[in-house]
Amino acid sequence: MISTLGGFTLFLALGVTLYAAAAAVLGARQGREDWLASSRNAVLAHFCLVTLAIFLLEYALVTSDFSLRYVVNTSTRGSLTRYKIAGLWGSLEGSILLWEWLQSLMAALVVARYSDRGPSGCRQLMPYVQAVLQGISVFFLLLMTFAVNPFARIFPIPPDGRGLNPLLEVTDMLVHPLLLYSGYVGFSVPYAFAMAALITGRPTEEWLRITRRWTVVAWLFLTGGIFYGGWWSYRTLGWGGYWAWDPVENASFMPWLTGTAFIHSVMIQERKRMLRVWNLVLVTLTFSLVIFGTFLTRSGILGSVHAFADGPVGVMFLAFLALVLLFSFGLVAYRSDQLKGHGELDSIVSRESAFLLNNLVLVGICFTVFLGTIFPLLSEAIRGNKISVGMPYFNKVSVPLGMALLLLMGIGPLIAWGRASLNNLQRNFLKPILGAVAGTAVLYALGMRHVEALAAFAFCFFVIGTIIFEFVVATRTRARTMGESFLTAFGTLLLKSRRRYGGLIVHLGVVIAIVGIAVSSIYKVEREQTLRSGESLAVGRYSVRFDGMEAGERPTHILVWANLMAFRDGKPLRELTPGQRFYPNQQSPFASVDARYHWNEDLYVILSSFERDGSSATIKVIINPMISWIWIGGVVILLGVLVAVLPERRLALLTIRAKAQVA
Amino acid sequence: MSWKKALIPLACVPLIILLAYGFRTDPKAIPSPLVEKAAPGFRIAIYDGDDLFLAGLKGKPVVLNFWASWCYPACYEEAPLLEATWRKYKEQGLMMVGVDIQDKEANAREFMGRFGFTFPNGPDPGSKISIDYGVYGVPETFFIDRQGRITYKHVGGLTAELMEEQVRAILKER
Repeated sequence: MISTLGGFTLFLALGVTLYAAAAAVLGARQGREDWLASSRNAVLAHFCLVTLAIFLLEYALVTSDFSLRYVVNTSTRGSLTRYKIAGLWGSLEGSILLWEWLQSLMAALVVARYSDRGPSGCRQLMPYVQAVLQGISVFFLLLMTFAVNPFARIFPIPPDGRGLNPLLEVTDMLVHPLLLYSGYVGFSVPYAFAMAALITGRPTEEWLRITRRWTVVAWLFLTGGIFYGGWWSYRTLGWGGYWAWDPVENASFMPWLTGTAFIHSVMIQERKRMLRVWNLVLVTLTFSLVIFGTFLTRSGILGSVHAFADGPVGVMFLAFLALVLLFSFGLVAYRSDQLKGHGELDSIVSRESAFLLNNLVLVGICFTVFLGTIFPLLSEAIRGNKISVGMPYFNKVSVPLGMALLLLMGIGPLIAWGRASLNNLQRNFLKPILGAVAGTAVLYALGMRHVEALAAFAFCFFVIGTIIFEFVVATRTRARTMGESFLTAFGTLLLKSRRRYGGLIVHLGVVIAIVGIAVSSIYKVEREQTLRSGESLAVGRYSVRFDGMEAGERPTHILVWANLMAFRDGKPLRELTPGQRFYPNQQSPFASVDARYHWNEDLYVILSSFERDGSSATIKVIINPMISWIWIGGVVILLGVLVAVLPERRLALLTIRAKAQVA
Repeated sequence: MSWKKALIPLACVPLIILLAYGFRTDPKAIPSPLVEKAAPGFRIAIYDGDDLFLAGLKGKPVVLNFWASWCYPACYEEAPLLEATWRKYKEQGLMMVGVDIQDKEANAREFMGRFGFTFPNGPDPGSKISIDYGVYGVPETFFIDRQGRITYKHVGGLTAELMEEQVRAILKER
């Protein structure tokens, strides 16, 4: 029943979507307002239909309707309801449906927002924006109709399902995929506007201004998804790390890099009308990399822990990727005469060139990550042997480039547009540089000798110095000229130039995260040892005493854990119970990590193996200093983006309330 | 649009071709470094038999098969072929050895009985042989020539054609 209904709904959605795209183009070509209105309605109807499909699948998941193959693959009768719901993105078919739903939501939002209002020029762009967005949806609907039908039946109906991969049965999995997919889908909006601008022959600055906020929000979701993914990996996978340069992690990182470059380079185009082609290329690359990343995960051409499945999906994704690349770059080529920019670089020492360098570095990192990701394929195609590159390659190239980026992050926001005078440089950078030197000297005096760590800290101090300097100077100037109190001046400043100060707060978050990454990877300590009952393992200031094994039944698995007592400087800290989870349907056990998470240092313990009689266990202890700063940095980034994109009125209201509370 | 402009989108074509090439490869197929090298020596305690040493088989071509009774369906599909090949070629000097890995003896005996195994099979306590041969899963089969070199490694269930071809190759060499 649900199978038929669901399949029919998707088929109908495909028809409606095709119609919406065609009606939009026809309406625009012939200037028929009624066609355009009809297309907009079809976009909304498309959204309603896909929403219905989601509801049908969720209904089947929650009620454990095992006549659907998908439900069998992603849930069991015993699963908690929230994980039954999360089954929607637990496997290939459902994740495509979720993606398509977000895509249809995005198109509906765009239509609702810009159908009758919106900036000048929007009216001409909209029909083609709709057509492009619907075109993307057509692909996903085709995929579900012909290759990965989430409503496919299974016969005979099994008594119980196989269940979600146990690694996904954690609360983080309720959030991470949603964030990531929203980010992925979000970038289709600036892409669609860019294509519409090219199609209509208006590739100026209009589309940038319209999509600025969409882009930043998409970036926020993508950033949040990546951070959350690291957080999940750290707490769930049980190897003590958060990032492994796995193909699928890279797949999310590459569009993030080009998307970040895009967010910065649009500022130059808006102000200087330079880099028109570059921005079109960046937005196309970002969208293509999203599709490319999905292709990598779904096609099974690269081995990865995230890989879903193979089959016709890979071929369809590749065809779509080829279409997107050829179509987009074909359009750029076709309109290249109109894309001649106006401005030129006045000087190497200027904000433009700092931004340009930042773009080059970001795209450079993206290229090296791309190369590393497809290297196994390249080497097999060219030399016939399979060589994959791992962590050392990626770390070796990304650390120096990341350092360069960090430096530019300090310079870019403060250096003058056009041509920076010596005076400007001295005024803005002297104090931050002195601060960085002083801060680094203090660390050196405290005993830090690691060159890379010192360099990373020096750069971080510099960037933080520039941010504080900028805030202090601007607030003081405003307080003096307007006669306001320091706090009021600070608040109004945030409000008046939200984009600038929100951006600086984001930078601050990035620096905090970088400090966390640098310190935790350089000063990480780990030890592994087999302990008999009563024996202890000492690591740094900590020691861990093994007090025996226990086991217990959980609703979906059997949990075996070690009772450990952790001490710091000889004083009892707390109990820790790392374990292993044994699932009936899985061949090997899954780690159940325990840790003492703390703002400046995590004590992280893993149960590697144990004797069946409980007499001894092999325990791995990892001390991760300052790793929490990565997650704190993520939160600061979130705050910064909110400052930058929240509508004016909303923010004003917040500050008024804050003021009222202060008074 | 001039041909020069067309070069811009066409620049993407090599990448697409490379990715399409990816469909023809299997990321999980990792070539064994042991092929063309001397087969690692081992001793195996044959079920209902004596110990068997690889070194003692010098001069005989050997088919070394790793299996387990829990390996369903691949090992079950492959088992009749193993026995048939053994019967067909043992007169010509072929040796076949089965290594039963990570198994319970009762289950293993049931498996061997079910397929009427007459060639020597034995367990691999501590997975010593499996580790020496870099066995990743079951079934895996190694073909060893008269000089004691591994000539071919196959991962997964064997087909009759492949078995025939590889056995003939190791039998032919003198």
